[in-house]
Amino acid sequence: MTDGVLSPAERSGIIRDGIAVGVATGAYGIGFGAVSVASGLTVAQTCVLSLLMFTGASQFALVGVVAAGGAPLSGAATALLLGTRNALYGLRMAPLLQWRGWRRAGAAHILIDESTAMGVTRGSTEAARLGFATTGIAVFVLWNAATAIGAFAGEAVGDPRTYGLDAAVGAAFLALLWPRLRDRRNILVGVLGAAVALSMVPVTAPGVPVLAAGGVAVLVGVLSKRDDPTEIPGVDDVAGGHA
Amino acid sequence: MWTAILLACAGCYVLKLAGLSLPERVLSHPTVERVADLIPVALLAALVAVQVFSNGAALTVDARVLGLGFAVVALLLRAPFLVVVVGAAVVAALARLV
Repeated sequence: MTDGVLSPAERSGIIRDGIAVGVATGAYGIGFGAVSVASGLTVAQTCVLSLLMFTGASQFALVGVVAAGGAPLSGAATALLLGTRNALYGLRMAPLLQWRGWRRAGAAHILIDESTAMGVTRGSTEAARLGFATTGIAVFVLWNAATAIGAFAGEAVGDPRTYGLDAAVGAAFLALLWPRLRDRRNILVGVLGAAVALSMVPVTAPGVPVLAAGGVAVLVGVLSKRDDPTEIPGVDDVAGGHA
Repeated sequence: MWTAILLACAGCYVLKLAGLSLPERVLSHPTVERVADLIPVALLAALVAVQVFSNGAALTVDARVLGLGFAVVALLLRAPFLVVVVGAAVVAALARLV
């Protein structure tokens, strides 16, 4: 780790990368807004999720469970389980960012896949902070704007079945899952999780099957011996990151 | 609904802040890291399955399966997120018209 002043060219390069990721993520935001109102949330509830929860997979999970008829609290529990990975991103980012007090409290809100990916690879604290903050803020602004656009558009559409919006929800989850299906154990856990969830659909309340699939992850994680450092998303793993 | 939303929002923020604030040894354990990596995989796969093959109370097969099929092909072709999601919706809507 070398500390030094970044040249103007380095600074503008890092800022440009962060904004590119923000723009690409906006596309997901439109999808989230539309899917959320199609799942039965109001436009206000949808926008509050993007403003306050601000972690895409958890937001999709909450509305997905509700869309499948699950209790709102089952949706909240699923969202929290998916949010645990952000804590591990935080562990990795804390020594790089070295922020305290209100800066750390602010940084926590924008601690997501994209900001971690664009911050963790930098060589100095100054560059990590700049990459993390510009990406996090760009994604926050565009994700929220896009959510509102998607939510109003989804509301205008009316019954989600008319335009196949109910099918879009499954496709959105698959797109979020896709980059994680690179090694055999992950594929196995995915197949097991899906099988456990489907087998429980007829016998449990909606929302419970998805939480039960989380049990598969815990079981395989505890039983598996292979050393496996936290999968921090790389620059190529986030939308627009390789642009 | 609002209670669940606000609770989940607060919880997700606490998880983020905990990661940035807690000393590394509290969370840095191989088993914890493995489980945290696998949870998104299991939950997202379960969400795909429940979303496409059930109506909440029973297993069903309908136009959503064709939408998912489109999504798989689009992802294999490295299509962008919006193409995957909108395409799946259009395929399911067209299937219902036929």
